[in-house]
Amino acid sequence: MPLTFFATHPLIASLGRLEMTTEQRLSPGEVMEFHPSFHFRWEEPQQAYVLLYPEGIVKLNTTAAEILDVCVRGDRSIAEGSAILASRYEHPRIEAEILDFMELAYAKGWIRPKT
Amino acid sequence: MPKAGSGPRLDGLGMPLWLVVELTYKCPLKCPWCSNPVDFDRYRNEITTDEWKALLREGRRLGSLQLGFTGGEPTLRKDLDELVAYADHLGYYTNLITSGVGLDQERIRSLKRAGLKQVQLSLQACDSELSEKLTGLDVWKHKIDIAYALKAEGFPMVLNVPISRYNIGQTEALIDLAADLGVEYLEFANLQYYNWALINRSELLPTREQLRCSEEAVARARKKLGTRLTIYFVVPDYFDDKPKACMNGWGAIHLTIAPDGTALPCQEARLIKDITFPNVREHGLDWIWHNSPAFMKFRGDDWMKEPCRSCSEKEKDFGGCRCQAFLLTGDASNTDPVCRKSPHRHLIDDIVSAAAERRKQGREEPLIMRERKASLPS
Repeated sequence: MPLTFFATHPLIASLGRLEMTTEQRLSPGEVMEFHPSFHFRWEEPQQAYVLLYPEGIVKLNTTAAEILDVCVRGDRSIAEGSAILASRYEHPRIEAEILDFMELAYAKGWIRPKT
Repeated sequence: MPKAGSGPRLDGLGMPLWLVVELTYKCPLKCPWCSNPVDFDRYRNEITTDEWKALLREGRRLGSLQLGFTGGEPTLRKDLDELVAYADHLGYYTNLITSGVGLDQERIRSLKRAGLKQVQLSLQACDSELSEKLTGLDVWKHKIDIAYALKAEGFPMVLNVPISRYNIGQTEALIDLAADLGVEYLEFANLQYYNWALINRSELLPTREQLRCSEEAVARARKKLGTRLTIYFVVPDYFDDKPKACMNGWGAIHLTIAPDGTALPCQEARLIKDITFPNVREHGLDWIWHNSPAFMKFRGDDWMKEPCRSCSEKEKDFGGCRCQAFLLTGDASNTDPVCRKSPHRHLIDDIVSAAAERRKQGREEPLIMRERKASLPS
């Protein structure tokens, strides 16, 4: 069973055979949830947040993990999550970057719009 | 194929991220490409439930995250459900790799309750006739029923189809079937030629033309189905110019435990006859992973010879597959002969052309099925 190592974004590294990527657009008003196959959690030996999914692992850097924690686990819209992170980091233009990352996470199937 | 980039490294930090436990070599199916050792029947001394549990604890301490239960047919072990529950409790993401034989509605529910996260179900054909020819048993209908039952229970699923010249023509039909079943992933696992598949290689190899048609069918389906179904196509490496980045390198992230407790850097590694692999009954997993001569042997790139040593690709493909180098060149430290730069590449080309010639002449020999008393070529 060949496995491949690849990094797909400056904020993440993933390792797995099964991964989809398609173009996805999201609006800032959207509330997202984790796809049921994806488990988001702190992993002590890696000293990092990881996403575990069928036959794959994504290791998140601090920024990526914080975005998912505030916007997805926090059950907020992308805009609300962005406002929290913008004030936390005194970085008013953060929303575009967060939206960008959320679209990547959506394209990869980690998250989906909450219905 | 995904390419290595410059993000945070997920090289495991020297941890065995991927733990594969082969609970048993027993299996009712007789697939002639089985990856189990040809002498599988010699390994009857299966490790016990408590031994597996101790090993799972040690694995988590070493940083293992993904856990694959496989075999043989892992559902034949009555303690599978208990081990899944234990592994889930320890924090593993648990995957079951099964033929579906040995599962029924009740067992599926029990595994769900135990915390099993995902199922990889094998399917050999899209009709019962070819399925029976390839597995030696009339199990197709049961497998389809099990696929529906697993979906009904909410498991994310990979449908894994081992591909040979016999079923490669069914690519399109298999995609339609996978879409009907509602699985998330379909994996066309073009056979890799080790153990039983190696014995039957000249009968199993597809032709270049078959491969081209199959790849085209996959490309069409990807366009049509989009995110509904992710199709993974494992490149048959005999037809490739570059070797596969096998296991992400020897002893890098992958650890397999065989039914008798032998620890292996990959499921096939036992075929390299000049390495003695350590056993979890005799050594701690920590020592096995970090210090045992078997796991150190091809770790990193100090062991490499030319053309690997000076190759710009060596950090991407790790020199390819050690088992393939051993099987085809007699020396596991040689460059994988699949590589165009290997002085042994002609061996691969000769094998592919000889198989193509057999097809042209319409020659066909019976497949040697995986059985205890199979009459093996000497």
